[in-house]
This record gives sequence, structure tokens and C-alpha cells, in this order.
Amino acid sequence: MIYDCIVIGGGIIGAVLLDRLATYKLSALLLEGQDDVASFTTRANSGIVHAGYDCQPGTLKAKYNVLGNPLIWRDAEELDVPHLRCGSIVAARAEQAEGIEELAKKAKLNGVEVRILDAEETRRVEPNVADAIACSLYAPSAGIVSPYQLAIAYADRAILNGAEIKLNQVVTGVKSSDGVFVVTTSSDSFEARVVVNCAGNNGSLVNDLAGAEHYESSYRRGDYFVLDNTERKNVHTVIFPLPTAAGKGILVAPTADGNVIYGPTAVDTVNGDTASTADSLDMIRSNVPLSYACAAWNKCIRVYSGLRTLIGHDFVIGESMKLHNFYMAIGICSPGLTSAPAIAEELAGQISSRLDAQKKESYVTRLPRRKTLERLMRNEEELNALVAADPAWGRIVCRCEKVTEAEVVAAIHSPLPATTVDAVKRRTRAGMGRCQGGFCGPRVMEILSRELNIPLNEVKKGLGAEIARYRVKEVE
Amino acid sequence: MIDYDVVVIGGGPAGMAAALSAHAQGAKTLIVERDVRLGGILNQCIHQGFGLHYFGTEMTGPEYAERFRKRVAAEHIDVMTESMALALGADRTVTLLSPQHGLVNVKAGAIVLAMGCRERTAGAIALTGTRPAGIYTAGMAQKICNIDGYLVGKNVVILGSGDIGLIMARRMTTEGAKVSLVLELMPYSSGLKRNIVQCLDDYGIPIKYSHTVTRVVGSPRLTGLYYAPVGKDRKPILEQEQYVPCDTLLLSVGLIPENDLLGGMDIEMSRITGGATVDENRMTTVDGVFACGNVLHVHDLVDNVSREAEIAGKSAAEWAMHGGKAEGEVVHVLAKDGVRYALPQRIARREGRVRIFFRVGDVYKNGMLLVTSGDKTIASRKFRVLAPGEMGSIDIDASLIDGDVCVRLQL
Repeated sequence: MIYDCIVIGGGIIGAVLLDRLATYKLSALLLEGQDDVASFTTRANSGIVHAGYDCQPGTLKAKYNVLGNPLIWRDAEELDVPHLRCGSIVAARAEQAEGIEELAKKAKLNGVEVRILDAEETRRVEPNVADAIACSLYAPSAGIVSPYQLAIAYADRAILNGAEIKLNQVVTGVKSSDGVFVVTTSSDSFEARVVVNCAGNNGSLVNDLAGAEHYESSYRRGDYFVLDNTERKNVHTVIFPLPTAAGKGILVAPTADGNVIYGPTAVDTVNGDTASTADSLDMIRSNVPLSYACAAWNKCIRVYSGLRTLIGHDFVIGESMKLHNFYMAIGICSPGLTSAPAIAEELAGQISSRLDAQKKESYVTRLPRRKTLERLMRNEEELNALVAADPAWGRIVCRCEKVTEAEVVAAIHSPLPATTVDAVKRRTRAGMGRCQGGFCGPRVMEILSRELNIPLNEVKKGLGAEIARYRVKEVE
Repeated sequence: MIDYDVVVIGGGPAGMAAALSAHAQGAKTLIVERDVRLGGILNQCIHQGFGLHYFGTEMTGPEYAERFRKRVAAEHIDVMTESMALALGADRTVTLLSPQHGLVNVKAGAIVLAMGCRERTAGAIALTGTRPAGIYTAGMAQKICNIDGYLVGKNVVILGSGDIGLIMARRMTTEGAKVSLVLELMPYSSGLKRNIVQCLDDYGIPIKYSHTVTRVVGSPRLTGLYYAPVGKDRKPILEQEQYVPCDTLLLSVGLIPENDLLGGMDIEMSRITGGATVDENRMTTVDGVFACGNVLHVHDLVDNVSREAEIAGKSAAEWAMHGGKAEGEVVHVLAKDGVRYALPQRIARREGRVRIFFRVGDVYKNGMLLVTSGDKTIASRKFRVLAPGEMGSIDIDASLIDGDVCVRLQL
């Protein structure tokens, strides 16, 4: 068949674009190279919903950040994705007060509501700023969302609205003839009238494959510490330092799932390598105490790295000038997550008018509220009825995050099924706690093995990685 | 609401021994276990080395557990398996979830905490580099090997020389994997000497002390790692970094008492042991709440766990059925001069013997171990070697206590 539209890339941008395309009467297919959506850069996003005060006025970044912010809050609500509009502060020492004034001016130009707070007002928003903090810029519309859960939920809703997602499809070629694109992948080929490049770190590569504009990409890595959820009570808002040319700086923020993160650094990397380095982690260790008084390095449960792909100084969004019906949303670095739904609405609008596709009369907007043990604990009767009907609701698989077997099974059978340990982790949080899957990892493997009807040694961690390949006594 | 005199949380070696001794006092006792069977970590410890002190014969972990399981069954002690304790109320109500019973509240006259410990992870030590598959805690690899029957890899490096890491070095080797190197940050092992000899030396596996992993390489699966010696500040000397190819890194970098359940309770915790502080009956600072085994402090030998749990179980039963605290003025037990911690941290008793357990902070040779109270030495003995990897003990005569007790080394 010839699809109306193929979206290349299942990060947050591709996922939300597919979600928006699925509200139109057109056939849409998303191709993702990995074994799950959100499995590379989106999963390592800081999850900050930016207010938009620090983008250079007049840029696409400023435009889509400001438009995207309210859409994120609405979508997260509709999709039942963890989020919290907790506001943000840029915390400044006395000698940095001028920088705060400058930011406030930018905010005004971008149309973002902010307030300058003095030392006392700052501490009313965040009691745990460092002693030297004398003032701050408060942005009430900022907050946090789970970036991977948001992308997964967009993918799930898109599927429920009739769109398709094919995983493990690394795009190897994009050819156009007679108004139809042929997209070849490692194992198949697909045809479509319109192609959208949402390939993230591979955005330039896909443009080159298709013969669209050539862009040079550069990559900037950011390392983070993830803190145990026992630290969550100490952080009340997103705490930024004053931004610099390198980015928004090393922040302290709660996560929507109840942890705390310190980071990111901003390290230029040649090839998009995401290996963390000791120097970079040391930079976080020395910077966090400048703005935050409760740094607790012994509560670290994980180190991770995100990647920003930069093309010039702004996003690249819209139709190629060289290639008719080839659209791009690439170079989407920060504030890409916040901008994503606004970018998607813009592109979905353009593509649907090109294809002359009308809005569907009806489509799914709300995903059912997920049953989690945390929620069910507040309703003992419902929990006990569930356990009586299905004992898996009473069997805790992940003891750190209190995830039941039933939740894991539900993730494996969700609209976009979780087929790896990491995919289950992103959907249920099993393995995200302080023991980092030491206990639940083998249990999740057993459940995946059972539900997918594959041997235990074929269960993958994610990105195709084997966990326990060999049978005992079968090693050569 | 179900009522018990004593509810034991955790059905490993500590929980089973505590329940048996509470039951022996006539207490109506329940064991709450999250796994499908009793035994805890012993079930995956299929190597020899258990029971020499307690049973006078050496056996495997599952055999040691089986002896206790049989006793628990013979005594008809109530056991709820696949049951996870989710919350402890201040009134000693335990909230449980299980597939058989759903959400259940159990009212306990006394609670014995016996939840064991968990392993420190790559995240906890902020391991740098990529984040590939192929990095496991030693205990997870042990579970996958000994319970599930799979090997996590075949070219192995081990970071840390805790006992599980050493045991797994031998286990992976006998299963045909190549363990090329064990790296230990400290100048000494945190494991038992016998495990260094029997698990590394006997198999020709090299251990490098004062070395650590500097970064791991490979994605999506581990392909190798860099390591380097560390200076006196324990920071790696990067000029001497070396590469070793491997598909697996096992971590044996410490155990942490699993006290997360206590979040809502106002129990005094020791920053050094990671467990509660207790008196000689193993009661915490919250009345009627006792602790024993690895949730209290990490042990080397299960035999010691069983003995400690018997104290906690018996005391919990007495407390539940008769109430009241031990008589006498409470003195503190302090650790000084090379001793990292001593346990119990409080003593109220003034008669009979009290056994004090302790660990030292470094390797010490040829000195005196002293226990003082007030200005008197109330117990002492010579020692040849004391190492952090081996828990020590010394008995004192409680009638000699006259003020805070102090355990110290004299070199």
C-alpha cells in the first residue's frame, strides 16, 4: 500500500507528530530503528517543561517553546502521563542580578510570564536554594513531565487512532519517483506520498539519504545524576543557574516520577557518543552546591547522559526546498520536548492540507487512567477486587517502585507493546528504583519470556542487547 | 485485622531463626516473606561454607535454609509467602500485599525486622562511560546462574571483592566463563580471607588491590573497560589507565541494609551500619520493634545471623507477651581507635554476658582489643590480625558496666 505519510524516527517529535497526524483522515506510518520508541535521546531528556523566557526572541525555538508549553500540560493530562507544573526559578547570586533583569526582558519579548523574586520570596518558592542566592527569576508555567512516558503515550494514542508503528526498521534509503517516496529499511520497504524526517541525531543523515538539504550536525552531551526518591521532598521547583552560551546550565529538578536529577553538563562530542566522563560528573558535583543547599551525592542511584543535536542555532522545521513533500523537524535540541506538540501541530496542519485530508469526526483524546499500585493503595476495595480476579495484581515484581506483575503484563500488551526489559521499565518504572533492577530484572525477564513465548536468553535489555545469553554448562 | 504476638518481616535466615525463637517462647508468630519460598538469599548460595559454627557441619546455602524451613514447618508457624510488607504503622500495624490475600493489615504485638540487604549498584558508585547491558551486581548474576540456569556472559571482570563477588568469580569460572580480573578499590578485600584463597587463588584469578574501573565501553553490550590504580585519596591515576576487553562486569561493591520500609517510622539509624541502632535485645529506639540479620548490619556468616535473630525473636516474644523494657540505666556502646562500629549500641542489662559485635576500619596487626566502661577495662584480648572484611566479637560481663562502654584497639 501507499501510505499518505511516513514519519521517520520514534523520538518525542516523531511520536507526537504521528499522534497529531492520526487526528486526520490519512494513513500514517512511523518507522523506528530501535526496539521501542523514545529509546535513545528522548529517554535521556531532563523532562523539564520550559516556560520559554530564555530563547532568543524571534527564533523558532522561542515560538514553539511558548506555543508548546500549554499543549504539554493539556496532553499530559489527557494521556495520563506523570507531570507537575511546579514552576522554575533561575537562582542568582547578588552579582548576577543584572543577568536576571536581562532574562526578564527576554521573557517579556517572548510573551512569557515571569517575576523577579528577592531573597526571601525565592526561599518561599524553594527553601533549599544555596545560602548565597540573593534573587531569582520565577516562571510559574514551567514544570516537569516524564519525557519517555509522554512519547510512549503519544505513540499509544496514535495507534488507537489508526496510525501504525513499525519498530526495528533502520531507514537505509529514501527515493522519490512519480510523486511517491520509497523508504527502504534494513528489512523491508514502504511507500508514501509524504515523508517527514524526525530522525533526531540521524536527522542530517536521513536528509542526505533523501537528497534534501545537507546540514552539518554537531552534538552536545549532557550528563546527569539521578537521586533516590527519598530526595524528592527537598526539591520544590526546577532550579536553574543563570544561563550561558553553552545552555541552560546545571539544574536541580524533581522528576515527574518522584526522583531528583542534577545536571546536565554540556560537552561537545564529535560523533554523538553518550559515554559519561569523570570530568563532566565532577563539574556537576562542583556546580550543584552553587545553587542548591541539599546536594546528597550518596543518594545517587544512576548516572545517565542525554544528547543534543544542533544544526546551526535554531530548529529546522517545515518542507524541504529541494524535495517536494519531504518535511523536516530536525536539529530539535533544547527546548525540544516542550516545543514538540506545537511543532507537530504545525507540521500536521501543513501535511494534511497538502494531502487535502480533513479532521476525523471522532478520535480518542483521553487514554484510560492507568491502574498502578500507588493509585490502588488509596482504594483498598478496588485493589482487593482486582487481586481476587487476577492474583498478579497482588504480586509485587519491583519492590523499590512497588510495581505489580499485572502492571508489567499490561505494559507488554499495551497498544505499542513493550518487548524488552528497558521498554517495560519506561512504562512501569520496574527497575528504576534504588536497586536498579537487581531484584526485579530477572523477574521482568521471566514475565517477558512467558508473555512473548520466547526463551529467557532471548529476552533483551533494549537496543537489542542480550542479558543472559548462555545456558549454564553450555559455554565453550 | 489479624492479630499476632510477633510478626517477622522477612523469611530468610534471620526471619526464620527469629520466628522459631519467638515461637519457642509461646508467642503467636507470623513470618511475612515476599518470595515464593522461605530461605531468602541462601536459596541461590549453592556453594559450601554455611553452618560450621551453628550446626557444627559445613553445608550449602539451600541446605542451611532447608534445616530452618523444616523446623518452621514442624512448629506450624504461620507463613505468608509472596507477601510484601508495604507499610509499618506507628501502632505496629503491618500492611501487606499478596496475590492470595490482597491488601491485609496485621496487628503485631512486636515486630522483628529481618528484611536483609541489597547490593550497591553501578549507579550508586556513579560508574562512568556507556550504560550497556553486561553490568550486573554479583547477586543478580548469581540468581540468573543458580536459579534460572543462564550465564550472563563469558568474559568477566569483577569490581569489588565482597564475598558474593568472590564466590561468583569461582562460579562463573566453573561454568566455563573466563574471569580475567578482580579489581578492589581498597588496599584489602572486604570479603573473607577463605574466599580469596578458595575462589581466586585456587583458580589463578588475579586480584588487583587499590585499583578501580575508570570507565566502561561498548553499546548496547559491554565490550571492555578501563581501569587504573588509585592514589591515597582513592582517586584513579589516569596516566596508568589500562584496557581490558570483557562482555561482563560484575559488581561486588557493598551491601546496604534494606530499611526502606521504615521511612514513616521514627527509628534511630546508624550512619555506619545503615541499620537501626539497637539494645542488647536487638530492640530499636521504637518500642516493640526489633531488628536482626543483614537489615541490622551486614554479616559475613549466616551462623551469626541465626544467633542474632534468636536474641531478637526471643526478646520480641517477651516484649509482646509481657511488655516492659529491660531494667537498668541504658549505657551507650561506642566504637573508637580503629573500631568502625560496635553493636548493640545500647546496653541496659547489668547481669550475665553480653556479646558485642564489631568491625574495624582497616587491617590491624598484633594489638589488644579492649572494652572499657567508665575508667575500667572490662574485657580485653590480644589479636594477631583484624580486617574490615571479618566481623569480630567479644563478650563482656554486664555486671562490670559502670558508664558508657567503649570498644577500641590498642596497637
